[in-house]
Amino acid sequence: MNILRRLYLAIFAIYLIGPIIVITAVSFNEKRFLAFPPRGFSFRWYAEIFVANDWFAALMNSLVIALAAATLSVLIALPVAYTAWRYGLRYARALFGLGIAPFILPPVIMALGFLLLFTSTGFHGLMVNVIIAHAIFLLALPLVTISLGLESVDKSLIEASQTMGASNAVVFRTVILPIAAPFAFAGFAFCFVLSLNEYIIALMTVGFTVETLPVKIFNALRYGYSPVIASIAVVFLLINITVFSLIARFSNLTRILGAQD
Amino acid sequence: MQEGTRLTRSIGLIPSSVMIGIFFMVPFVLILLTSVSVPTADGDYQLGFSLEHFDRFASWFYIERALFSAGLCALIALLSLLIAFPFTYMLTQFGPRSQTVWLIYILAQLSLSEVLIAFSWQILLSRTGGIANILVWLGLAEKSFSMAPSAGAVLAALVYLAVPFSVLLLYPALSRLDRSLTEAARTLGASPLRTFFTVVVPVTRPAIISGGVTIFVLTLGAIIVPQVLGKPEHWTLSVLITDQAIFNFNMPFASALAVVLLVISASVIYGVTKFFGGKS
Repeated sequence: MNILRRLYLAIFAIYLIGPIIVITAVSFNEKRFLAFPPRGFSFRWYAEIFVANDWFAALMNSLVIALAAATLSVLIALPVAYTAWRYGLRYARALFGLGIAPFILPPVIMALGFLLLFTSTGFHGLMVNVIIAHAIFLLALPLVTISLGLESVDKSLIEASQTMGASNAVVFRTVILPIAAPFAFAGFAFCFVLSLNEYIIALMTVGFTVETLPVKIFNALRYGYSPVIASIAVVFLLINITVFSLIARFSNLTRILGAQD
Repeated sequence: MQEGTRLTRSIGLIPSSVMIGIFFMVPFVLILLTSVSVPTADGDYQLGFSLEHFDRFASWFYIERALFSAGLCALIALLSLLIAFPFTYMLTQFGPRSQTVWLIYILAQLSLSEVLIAFSWQILLSRTGGIANILVWLGLAEKSFSMAPSAGAVLAALVYLAVPFSVLLLYPALSRLDRSLTEAARTLGASPLRTFFTVVVPVTRPAIISGGVTIFVLTLGAIIVPQVLGKPEHWTLSVLITDQAIFNFNMPFASALAVVLLVISASVIYGVTKFFGGKS
């Protein structure tokens, strides 16, 4: 049984990580054409991301959009999650439900909706469009993580501080925020990573004016193989791993993912 | 006094309400309105009510596309759950440290852009770069060959895309599984395998069902894998919507297809949770 277990685990790990290893190996190829196992060893395709102007511009676009979208998303989610938890307002809870919905639908539906909205109002192609679109599309993430954080605040702690004469603002700042902040950070980080990797909404809102990295990669794929894409995949994976490690370090990852304490 | 505070509490919600209202509700309504709009003489469209775009959908070509999409996604949901379930069960028995490491990796891969997953499978299935070479090396094939574009390539890459999601969807239920249940079964003499199938699987059934539905809807939204690894006959509804909206500028028909996609997703979510009693 133990051998079977180990065998299954090994196969699963190879299945999961194998394609990533192939991409990593290919990214160190010396030649421009695709070869696996790789021929030679070089970092030139990593240098290319930063040297080639168009790749670097796309990377910068993606980073700016992801940072702004994640910030906006947390700002929208915070009051909703807070009012729903603190006062249980029915309106806040309805808003909470609405905020979750875009994330559950196939993304192409929201993408088409945004395209119609921005073309019919004449604001097509601005970078702020995709920032707002991502913030709304990913709103479910900060909503869920922040309310998880708030649920772990002991309500008797709030009562105690209010009895001692603390105002609502002071309670929020001194009691609620320190406990909920790591979870808000987790929401921010999830949003950041998913926005960075998102393709279809970025294409439909600003695809022809502001090229994000996933859009640029897909355009490059149409013209055949490019080794830069492999190095970008590795960079992106490293960014993802770093961000999720930060969440695990400063917040409670297993709890956010639904395990009990 | 009570009413006054309720009002002040609601004021804080105004900015969020405006954002959600304008940028979620309005796009949604626009899709519905555009899907029933009427064409004008100059090739544009205007508000009105006509079902001609749905009529265009009701041809065998598009119905076949819809059925193909639904069937493909159902198969992917099934396969990815089968692959992920035993692993997730084992994962929850690991120590907290290695659980966290695994979860970080799975999250990192899950967040990786669909574009990059499609790219890596393009390499894996190409003539010069991957699995075919291994087959030659093992003596299973005479000469290296390209395995994409094909239906199998689309299926393999989409399952690969869905497995990390399946792990995370099954993780809450399996990590909260009452260990005394499995211990009781073992004490009463059941083998680990038997315990797994008669205790673990039935107890986590709601999570399996809702996980399957989520994977179904998720893969229904896949856009790049069918284009990069499949032929046009493997395109799913999501690809057709993008194609109509971006390359044919046919917003009304794209909207009608989006409504169809929405109806399929919603009815599968509703139907499956209703009949199999998954948790919503």
